[in-house]
Amino acid sequence: MVTDVPTIRTRVAEVPPQDPAAPAVPPTPAHLIAEDFHLFYGTNEALKGVSLEIPARTVTAIIGPSGCGKSTLLRSFNRMNDLIPNVRMTGRLRLTDLDVLARSTDVVDLRRRVGMVFQRPNPFPKSIFENVVFGLRLLGVKDRGELEVRAEDSLRRAALWDEVKDRLDHSAMALSGGQQQRLCIARSMAIEPEVLLMDEPASALDPTATARVEELILDLKSRYTIVVVTHNMQQAARVSDRTAFMLQGELIEYGDTRQLFTSPHKRLTEDYITGRFG
Amino acid sequence: MIPSAGPLQPGVNVARRRRLQRLREAFIAWVLRACAFSAVAGLLLIMVFVFREALPIFTSAETQREANFLGFFTVPNWQPVSDVPKYGLVPLLVGTFKIVFVAMAFAVPVAVLAALFASEFASPRLREILKPAIELLAGIPSVVLGFFGLMVLASWLQSVTGAPVRLNAFNAGIALSLGILPTTFSVCEDALRAVPKSYREASLALGASRWQTAWRVTLPAASAGVAAAILLGLARATGETMIVLMASGNAALGTANVFDSARTLSATIAAELAEVVVGSPHYSVLFFLGALLFLITFVVNVAAGLLVDRLRRRLAGA
Amino acid sequence: MSATILGQKVAALPRKQPRDFAGGAFTALSGAAAALIVLMTAVIIGDVVLHGWQTVTWEFLSGVPREGMTKGGIWPAIYGSVLLVVLMTVALVPFGVGAAIYLNEYANPDAPFTRIVRFAVHNLAGVPSIVFGLFGLGFFVQFVGVQMDRALGLDVTWGQPALIWASLTLALLNLPVVIVTTEEALRAVPREMREASLALGATRWQTIRNVLLPQAMPGILTGAILSVSRGAGEVAPILFTGAAYFLPYLPTSPTDQFMELGYHVFVLATQSPDVDATKPLLYGTVLVLLLLTLLLNLTAMLLRARLRANLAGRS
Ligand SMILES: Nc1ncnc2c1ncn2[C@@H]1O[C@H](COP(=O)(O)OP(=O)(O)OP(=O)(O)O)[C@@H](O)[C@H]1O
Ligand SMILES: [Mg+2]
Repeated sequence: MVTDVPTIRTRVAEVPPQDPAAPAVPPTPAHLIAEDFHLFYGTNEALKGVSLEIPARTVTAIIGPSGCGKSTLLRSFNRMNDLIPNVRMTGRLRLTDLDVLARSTDVVDLRRRVGMVFQRPNPFPKSIFENVVFGLRLLGVKDRGELEVRAEDSLRRAALWDEVKDRLDHSAMALSGGQQQRLCIARSMAIEPEVLLMDEPASALDPTATARVEELILDLKSRYTIVVVTHNMQQAARVSDRTAFMLQGELIEYGDTRQLFTSPHKRLTEDYITGRFG
Repeated sequence: MIPSAGPLQPGVNVARRRRLQRLREAFIAWVLRACAFSAVAGLLLIMVFVFREALPIFTSAETQREANFLGFFTVPNWQPVSDVPKYGLVPLLVGTFKIVFVAMAFAVPVAVLAALFASEFASPRLREILKPAIELLAGIPSVVLGFFGLMVLASWLQSVTGAPVRLNAFNAGIALSLGILPTTFSVCEDALRAVPKSYREASLALGASRWQTAWRVTLPAASAGVAAAILLGLARATGETMIVLMASGNAALGTANVFDSARTLSATIAAELAEVVVGSPHYSVLFFLGALLFLITFVVNVAAGLLVDRLRRRLAGA
Repeated sequence: MSATILGQKVAALPRKQPRDFAGGAFTALSGAAAALIVLMTAVIIGDVVLHGWQTVTWEFLSGVPREGMTKGGIWPAIYGSVLLVVLMTVALVPFGVGAAIYLNEYANPDAPFTRIVRFAVHNLAGVPSIVFGLFGLGFFVQFVGVQMDRALGLDVTWGQPALIWASLTLALLNLPVVIVTTEEALRAVPREMREASLALGATRWQTIRNVLLPQAMPGILTGAILSVSRGAGEVAPILFTGAAYFLPYLPTSPTDQFMELGYHVFVLATQSPDVDATKPLLYGTVLVLLLLTLLLNLTAMLLRARLRANLAGRS
């Protein structure tokens, strides 16, 4: 794989810089912060004052029993819950310097900075290539060469390139579930977000595909801040640096993964990770 | 580690792009909203302009001398083109009622029974035949059904019933029933299918036969939808024009006998409007008939809509 | 036999469910009702095909009516019908699809505006077609057309029955068809598709254009075809808004009147001085009209069946 790197680098060098004034450094490290965050579905309070800080370029796992609000919290960081009628939010959410919940915040910009991978792979019924460059086209990238370079780059980072490089124009729907999920990850990465939110990204996959996605998460950590919801505690232990345990809309415990799994501070956490309930 | 393809889209450009994009988004949302409003505007315009042309009946003394509201119900005859025009609506109302009655009497049992058959008894293969047949019937233009009533059905029915005239209310009613069968059937079948399977299973598990289940459990559970189907059929039958215009004989007699020729409100408009002088009393009266038709069908349709809502709520609450 | 329950003597229940003979009869009756519908459909179509197929020759399709419409062909009527339906579609589809997109993708379902629009769509679908005819005359011809003539200082040009007014009247008549089918098609696109697109930073409209509309296209097409089929068969709305009994020339401008297949059927069937002489022509015309509408319907049916099969296969 490493032998291919120079090709990409040279081809990228041919793409003219769009604006000379642009900063040459990669996007600033992100930093997700929730402060006393409440979310209501109608009158049902799904999140009851969650506060946590997620450091840049780490993997954070969110665990907890079904219905405790993991997805809800995750979907708040890119304002995906805006799609659901009658949702009300209070408290504060921040992405580095950006106030996520502010009216003036542009959700489209926000979602471009905060990518999301869903539980069930959801490729568009288009070709593999068109799936990967979907977000790039939205950003107005038209140059075929640049699209191809970026598509290849994203697919490589998603460890999918070797499997699909000969059939980029085939329908994405024909891929296996695991491949589809990696395609969705590649698709998210193509627009270079700062954060990747993953909602049970491996729960619909078989063990082999799951292992590949886990490797991928570890691999991606050096570039992205990753938040991953999972039901699988071994998975949380394997991939994450920090773990948050939630229960009935509240954040019970949040800290270093090793420490949380070996010597939790809270009784409820211990009960959960030892399988005594839920 | 593979290097990235470099930073995407320098910040300054992105901001300007997004500003334009937001304007465009707002504009598009506004245009789409206007499209949605076109349905409301259409309905309002129909009301305003049909009623407007009928207005002289209530406001113009000149029109009233020839045609007035009271006269519609007291004058016994409809003779708009005689020397002394007579605008009695009674024969038209009777004609409409007779034809619609025949059509409903025939179409409702057939449609409801066929819908029961399709949703409760038919094998998937039989349904594969029945549904396209219904859709084909729905796709036959009403002028073709009118033609069929006029050229073919009338002779058959006359030989069976021995009616004195070929074209009569009965003939028009049967032809009209063909026009409303598909709507009634489809709405009815949708309602029956919306009944949860658990209802049927509960009934069958108690030892009820399939017919008993269909008749005593499924049909009552879907009753609001079935009623809506009947009302929608009624509204269509009342407003349908070409079929009755061609198959009824169009004599404004006002007798109770269904084997007499008859004339409906809709057919009267269709037959006479092309010949009248714009703005004349006759013209206003024909628009008044249209307004009347609009009101009748509107009320019936609103009622049907309420029934469908109720069915949906009831099955959702269950 | 008897039993005692709670101190009361009651007859023992039969051990076997009584045979439900009446039920069997009714089941058979319901089958007969279904068979009757199929039969009648077959009879109507069969009768028209049987009596009409010999008339439908190339001369018939390409000729003009002659000798008081007892001879000749129906080309002007075919031409007029096609023109009418094309104009109608052009006016109709953008509004219908736009309205459906708004209702399904933008509107808050509980907002008063949304409820009013849905109420209007439902009731517009129920307005009798003859009332649309009256409306077309009262609004398009007598109001819009007359005002246009006045504003442009023309003699009677727009203020008379014309192709354009008939098309617009039919467009309004079919608006609910397109709205309802398009909405159905949009609803069938899984929510995950919207989320995937929005999560990639797409705007609402970009999501609609790039993801939803392509996936909903077969459904939208179905609605358009259905409305075209309906438009080609409706006579009542065009009676006073533009259809002509007989025209020696083909319409060339939107203000021209036009001949139309459905109206031609009506004319041949009811206004002919010599019924027997026109009968072959009449059957031929009906067959052409029927073929046109049924083929369109069949296409729509197949499209829809495929759409539903796709949906079922996906979930
Ligand atoms: N769209 C919605 N409308 C109303 N309530 C909702 C909605 N989505 C979730 N909820 C409620 O919010 C609570 C949290 O749901 P959430 O989906 O965040 O749980 P979760 O932890 O992700 O569960 P799972 O592990 O099953 O995915 C639940 O009680 C759920 O019923
Ligand atoms: Mg979840």
